[in-house]
Order: sequence, then structure tokens, then C-alpha cells
Amino acid sequence: MKRLSRYRRHKAAAPLLLIFALLGIGTTFSIASATTTAETTTADRSALIEEGRQIFLKGCSSCHGLNAEGGQIAPSLIGVGAASVDFQVGTGRMPMADMSTQAMRKAPVYDAAETAAIAAYVASLAAGPDIPAEESLNYERDGSTAEGGELFRNNCAMCHNFAGQGGALTQGKYAPTLMGVDPKYIYEAMITGPQSMPVFSDKTITPAEKLSLIKWIKSAEKEPNLGGASLGRVGPVTEGLLGWTLGLGILIGVAVWLAMKAR
Amino acid sequence: MSNEIEAIKDPGLPAHVHRKADHDPEAAKRAERQVATMFGISALGTILLIVSYVFIPQDLFVFIPVMGDQNAHQLGLGLGMAISLFFIGMGAIHWAKTLMPDTEVVAQRHEFRSPDSDRKEFVEAVKAGAGAAGLGRRSLIKKSLGAALGLSALSPLLLLRDLGPLPKKEFETTTWKAGTYLVTDPGNRRIKASDLEVGAVAQVLPEIEDPEHRKLSDIGKDAVLLIRLRPEEFNLEADRLAMTHEGIIAFSKICSHMGCAVALYEQQTKHLLCPCHQSTFDVTRAAKVIFGPAARPLPQLDITVDGEGYLVARQPFSEPVGPSFWERNSQ
Repeated sequence: MKRLSRYRRHKAAAPLLLIFALLGIGTTFSIASATTTAETTTADRSALIEEGRQIFLKGCSSCHGLNAEGGQIAPSLIGVGAASVDFQVGTGRMPMADMSTQAMRKAPVYDAAETAAIAAYVASLAAGPDIPAEESLNYERDGSTAEGGELFRNNCAMCHNFAGQGGALTQGKYAPTLMGVDPKYIYEAMITGPQSMPVFSDKTITPAEKLSLIKWIKSAEKEPNLGGASLGRVGPVTEGLLGWTLGLGILIGVAVWLAMKAR
Repeated sequence: MSNEIEAIKDPGLPAHVHRKADHDPEAAKRAERQVATMFGISALGTILLIVSYVFIPQDLFVFIPVMGDQNAHQLGLGLGMAISLFFIGMGAIHWAKTLMPDTEVVAQRHEFRSPDSDRKEFVEAVKAGAGAAGLGRRSLIKKSLGAALGLSALSPLLLLRDLGPLPKKEFETTTWKAGTYLVTDPGNRRIKASDLEVGAVAQVLPEIEDPEHRKLSDIGKDAVLLIRLRPEEFNLEADRLAMTHEGIIAFSKICSHMGCAVALYEQQTKHLLCPCHQSTFDVTRAAKVIFGPAARPLPQLDITVDGEGYLVARQPFSEPVGPSFWERNSQ
């Protein structure tokens, strides 16, 4: 021991000690990596949750309550999960611009980091659906367009229109268009059931089937209009309107010209 | 009286106003050129059609203001044919209006009735012909012809029978029986009660032996919507509450008005909306009609779970699903 302590002021002592220390940490880490990861991220996570709580108190609590318990005008957020927050805040639906019947998709108020913080805070209140991981959303690889089409017609088409263009519900509410929606948000909407939309459980529509649905929606987005103007792809309403106004208008004009006497 | 009528003189036809082209050769020439131009435009339209068909690739898209991205091939075909046909018609009419004679011509009608001599001659000819054919004498032919004609009138009745076998009890029954498992549509997987979160819906069909060959006519009656609420959200009579399972309630998806698939479920209001005629049903009150033309609530399916927790029908539908029909007992 004495011999060792003699060298403690040696100029190589500090770097050597550092190397030993690093090796020691490395070994301990490799032995007990699982537990240490949890420990290190727990700290990060509680910081993130605290940051999210601060944003929540400033931006969300006036409607959703100081502890996200909900209020007269807004539902409780306890147990809605991170996926719900990511969808509502990430697509700009929350915070709402005004107290209209339905929160609309708009430019998001919070950036990705702030959204993640609020999501972490709300997820910390009670267990709920989590944000799907990027690698689990490879719909191009894991989805089937044909299966997706069948699922879409059975589960989605009645509200979102047969071509995913959206449609009317009762009393001013509506199902929004699915065109140009990030696959992650489509997935989150299915597992959380935002606003009027019901939840589509992972057991009744499996994650693989959800990817098929997304693949079908993405292929509908790219579908060219071989027949000319799509007229919003909402079916007979716009087509009939155009036929009756423009088509009949032209016919009436021609009929008037036909009956006019030449000078 | 007769004096007053005579007092108004027959004004006759108004004086004929001649067109410019009738007396001005310059104007006639101009009209001729106009007609020729219209026919010429029509010819260009046909050429556009041919060029579009032969030379424009079918997958070429061009941007047209207002209309957006358009398929050039289809646009060329449509525009070409429209111009081609429309200007033939316009040219012909312009020709008729400006250059063809336009003076009013009066053609006198003569009597429709044939002279008496012709009529008498016709009757005599018919009588002579009938006599020669022996219609009066040969009663066997007359009777057998009558029978043949009478019988031939029956054949359309037989064809009417081909409109289909009578539906019998088909409208009143579905595939659902006591103990039929609920399976996902599509997928045909059994569903556990625990698979559904609160607020979840599932489109379900009855489990059958061969789900690959499910008949469309069966799906049209069997389709069921499964909804999970919080049990305290229900506002049901005791017998209806007993047909639910832990907040899971099942309704026929076939609208009681016209048979559309009612599946627009609004999670917040717990309303089910039919997309065809906006009939709205309140899920918490056993699909009571709260708006729209539907006359009856949607039939509710009595469900429970088996030993392993899979959802299963406790009994068939207690009333016919779907719209009213002639023989339906609506009591």
C-alpha cells in the first residue's frame, strides 16, 4: 500500500486512475447494463416529465385541469397515454383555437421536443397507449394493400369516405380527410380514438392489419385521376351538382340560341 | 254576338322579315364562311381525338388551371369528341338559320276518312277472305286456335315465377344462434371481451365453418357492430342491460330504415349515425332512434362470454334485422 501511495502524486497517476475508473464503470455497466440504463433514463425521464408538466400547466391546464383531471369543457387526460397527446398536439388539434364543435388539424403550436415532454407528462399520470416506434411503422414492408382496402371499407369508409376524403357526422362534426396524414398519426388515431372516432383495438385490428390500412391509405393518396377532374372524390354529390348546373346551363344556352331567329 | 266575333278581323301571319343573307350577297357569303368554319373546327376536333388516341401516352398528366392535374390522353379524347360533335351540330343549325329558305309554307290538310266506296270495298274483301278460309264452317280450327292462343298467354306467368323463389323465413332469420362466436370482419378471429378498450368498436360476423365462402346475402343480415362503453354510461331497461357484457353492447349493423350499414359511431356522443338518411341511434338507450326516418331501434344481439372469455351470442336476434318488409310482424 505504501509503495502505491508513494506514486500518488506521479504525473501519470491521474490519467491512469481515470482509465481504471472508466474500465471499472465499463465492466459494471456491461454486467448490470439493464438496471443502469433504467437508472440513468429515469433521471432523464423525470426531467422530461417535469418539463412537460410545466408546459401543461401553462398551455393545457386552463381546460384540462391542474392535474389533467378534466373539467366542464375538457375531458380528463388521465390514462389517455402518450400516443393520444402526440396525435392531438402533433397534428395541431390541441390546443384548440376556439371552442368549436371539433378540434381541427392545423399548424402545431408546440415543437416536437415540447410535444414529447407533454406526452411524457401525461403518460406518467396513468398507463395508456404509447407512441408507436418508428421501426414498427414500416408499412411499405409489412403492409398489404389488398388487405388494407378490405379493412378500410369495413371499418373506416363509412365515416372517412370510400376514398379517404372525409365526411360529415352529426351536428357539424365531421370525419377529417386522411390524405397527407403522417402514418404515425393515422396509427395513433386508431389506437387512441380521438374526439368522435372510436378506438380500434389491437386485438380486433392487429398492428399488422393497421399497417395494411396505412399502406392502402397511402396508395389512395397517390391514385391518379384517370377519368378527369376528381371533383373532391366525394361521389355523386359534386358530380350531380356539376351536371345539373354546368351541364344543364350549357344545354339551356344552346336551346336559346337554337330558337333565336337569324337576322 | 256573332257581330262581335266578326268585328275582330283575322290578323293573318305577320309580314315576313327577310334576313340579311336573303338580299345581301355579301352577308350570304359571310354566313357561308361561318358555317364552313364551324365544320372546320369540328374536323380539327376529330383530328385532336385521333392524335390523342395514337400519340399521347396514357399515363401523361398535365396541369390544367382550376381542374388540377389531368390525364392528357383522356382529356384529349374527351375534348376532341366534344368539339367534333358539337360543331357539326352548330354548323348545321347555323346553315339552316341563315341560308336555307325560311319563308312560312302552309300545307293544307285533307280529310283522314277514306271515301265511302273504298270502305265498302274493304269490308267486302275481308268477308270474302274469311269465307274462303272457312272460319265460319271449320269450327275445329277455330276452337283449337282459341285454345292455343289462350294457353300461350300462360307462358309469361311461368316466366314471372322465375323472379325467384319466395324468401319464406329468410328475412326473419340470421346465422346467429345460441352459442355462435363473434369473429372479426375481416379476419374471422374470435374476440375476447378483454380485447376491447372502453370506446372501442369492432365490426363482427358470426363464426361459420367456412369463412372463405361467406355469402354476401348472409353478411347483409349478420353484420353486427360491437361497442364498448363504461357500464355506468348505459341507460337501459334491466332486460336490455342483461344482453350486454361488462359494457360491451352489440347491435345489428343493418339500418331498420333502408338496410344501409350503420357504423358511424361517435365515441363522445355515443350516437350511431346511418350515412344514407342520417337516422341517428342512441347507443346508451338501446339504439333508440333520436333523429331521422328510421322507425325502430336497431335490433340488439344478446351476448355473453364463454369459459375462456371469448364473446359469444346467447341467443339469436329476437326480431328480424334490417328494414321493414311486407310480411314483417312489427308488433
